[in-house]
Amino acid sequence: MSRKLLLEHINVPGINTFDVYRQNGGYRSVEKALKTLSPDDIVEEVKKSGLRGRGGAGFPTGMKWSFLAKPEGVPRYLVCNADESEPGTFKDRYLMTYIPHLLIEGMIVSSFALGVNTCYIYVRGEMMPQICILEKAIVEAKNAGFLGKNILGTGYDLEMYVQPGGGAYICGEETGLLESLEGKRGTPRIKPPFPAVSGLYNCPTVVNNVETIAAVVPIINDGADEYMKIGIGRSTGTKLISAGGNLNKPGVYEIELGVPVEEFIYSDEYCGGIANGKRLKAVVAGGSSVPILPANLILKTVNGESRLMSYESLADGGFVSGTMLGSGGFIAFDEDQCIVRNTWNFARFYHHESCGQCSPCREGTGWMEKVLHRLEYGHGKLSDMDLLVDVSKKIEGNTICPLGDAAAWPVASAIRHFRDEFEWHVNDPKSAMERNYGLAHYADPLEIEVKG
Amino acid sequence: MEKVKVTIDGITIEVDAGTSILNAARQIGGDVVPPAMCYYSKLKDSGGKCRTCLVKVSKGSEKDPRPMPKLLASCRTAVMDGMEVQNITSLEVVEARKGVVEMLLINHPLDCPVCDQAGECHLQDLAYEHGVEKTRYEFERRTFDRIDIGDKIQLHMTRCILCYRCVFVADQLTNQRVHGILGRGDASEISTYIEKAIDNDFSGNVIDVCPVGALTDRTFRFKNRVWFTKPVDAHRDCPTCSGKVTLWYKGEEVIRVTAPKDQFGEVEDFICNTCRFETKNTSDWVIEGPRQIANTSVISSNHYEIAQPPPVIKTNLVLQEANKEQFEKATRS
Repeated sequence: MSRKLLLEHINVPGINTFDVYRQNGGYRSVEKALKTLSPDDIVEEVKKSGLRGRGGAGFPTGMKWSFLAKPEGVPRYLVCNADESEPGTFKDRYLMTYIPHLLIEGMIVSSFALGVNTCYIYVRGEMMPQICILEKAIVEAKNAGFLGKNILGTGYDLEMYVQPGGGAYICGEETGLLESLEGKRGTPRIKPPFPAVSGLYNCPTVVNNVETIAAVVPIINDGADEYMKIGIGRSTGTKLISAGGNLNKPGVYEIELGVPVEEFIYSDEYCGGIANGKRLKAVVAGGSSVPILPANLILKTVNGESRLMSYESLADGGFVSGTMLGSGGFIAFDEDQCIVRNTWNFARFYHHESCGQCSPCREGTGWMEKVLHRLEYGHGKLSDMDLLVDVSKKIEGNTICPLGDAAAWPVASAIRHFRDEFEWHVNDPKSAMERNYGLAHYADPLEIEVKG
Repeated sequence: MEKVKVTIDGITIEVDAGTSILNAARQIGGDVVPPAMCYYSKLKDSGGKCRTCLVKVSKGSEKDPRPMPKLLASCRTAVMDGMEVQNITSLEVVEARKGVVEMLLINHPLDCPVCDQAGECHLQDLAYEHGVEKTRYEFERRTFDRIDIGDKIQLHMTRCILCYRCVFVADQLTNQRVHGILGRGDASEISTYIEKAIDNDFSGNVIDVCPVGALTDRTFRFKNRVWFTKPVDAHRDCPTCSGKVTLWYKGEEVIRVTAPKDQFGEVEDFICNTCRFETKNTSDWVIEGPRQIANTSVISSNHYEIAQPPPVIKTNLVLQEANKEQFEKATRS
């Protein structure tokens, strides 16, 4: 049984209320931080723990915090990014629904560390129940003296607000989120300046994912050394993985980073194997925007080592044979799933969610979607695959925000690894409309290159 | 003001700290200037959207010589001391720019033969210089109905490349914000909500800033092709604006009035609607002389003028010496 840090008490009845949460050791870290630690100590501790951003990019949180500009007389802000809308990812929603006080506790400690007196939780508009839960939890925390003026008699003031978004994927991009929070159209800003220098209302701002902020709580409670013991290499601590797709037990799992992918899929502790006794065909390991991998590449790297659930191991092989941990949206596909249809579905999502500000993404996402639609419905051409790869290359890296990259990677990787399935759709459109391509060779053991 | 040194395509120049790469390149002049479809030096916060001005920063600065991992929008990136930038000398940049031009064109109707902007359209110039001859896009293009915004301006969204310039004009030049973007992604459109007319003294400037034919002058629509008209500089005493304009003559008749534009297609001064739409008689104006149009433009075809060397050569003795032969050839005729 692996160690749980965030979801340790998730099954305690009534853990979503302040009293039960407090009885189970909640808000200890606030007392510890405000009474015994200085803000710089906390930043150092987080830095030392090796905690990396859980929203997708995996940027070290402590480093991000230390970049925050601290000019005199200018307020600073902490914004929690709860605009979770990546297809396949639902870990933040789970955390906010069942254990909202963990997020609030983390927000208080992080705000204290950054010298913030006003912080915001920007929640995706569709998550109305979670917004109500958080607002209720904030009121409870305030009544107990953990928010508001002079918290625990230490002289530290903090106000926390929940802001519902309009439900746009682009508002999960940190500068788009800040624009939206300011009440404008949620379009990403051009960087630099980065939010750490000029963010919300042109003041220094830190934007962190829900899970990142929640993970600050165990780091302060148990210390960075204890936190570093969990995990592997530069991937320390635990990570929430929202497993979905054709699995026996889909759901949100807290794993210690470094669990083998094979164990995660097949062991009874986690997903319990593929549903209905089918075989695994492909996996999207970290939410829809990371490259998709066929079964043989997700279980083993090209060097023949077994792949682990960690930032480094999943990225092993770069974009040629690797993927990314991303936001932890683990989607498994069994042999009956059509990769072309799935890629089209993802492309359709990015086309719909592109903000339309910069031209490669605005035009390119629509173009890719149309070509994939044509392929899926049997009107494709063999040249379409090269066209798609070329268009995705023209988008990747040339856009204002990472949405362009996120739209390009799944398409490029699907064609890289599943090219024969795409070709089958072109060459035999009638069969492609009637049945799926099946598993083919996608789970065959890799030929391992012998070096020497 | 603090000066910093920047090298663009091997040409070093000293510029004020805080200048963007694009403006530094413009001070050099010539071929190293990246094209800009959305950036407009007279409009605050414009730029960064069209991605045609992407450049490669091969050396970040003297202090931190690491190259930038991605291509950067030169219009919104400030130069650092010792920065080295590659524009047309980088294959990556040329390829990326070609890609952007292709993207800009896939939903553009390419109706240049009936478009009033033809001949002074930045997208035409851009496509001619950086585009490919054939399109790979085989789907229906996005279309919109034409909208008259007021009795003087027509909006034809189908041609729009969403550069946001007109939105900034409406925001920054006029005192009521009546004009913005609706929708998102490739369905977004420039619009005045519920087709409300734009009624403002400076609204006509949206026509001048539009790089394509999406916003056109209704008093000039289908009157003539721009390359048949003769541009003349003129001025008058105007109570609301500077009164400096370019008159476009067809025979004896003034058929269009615009603000005078510089070599980058940007207006020198915004003009008011009275100057633009109401005063179309020669008697209203004091004529200054023929307007010089950049040699690359189709408007100046058959107008033989002396090639002006790029500004960097005028100030740099080494380059003057190196280009002596060309310089003499240019000044002789």
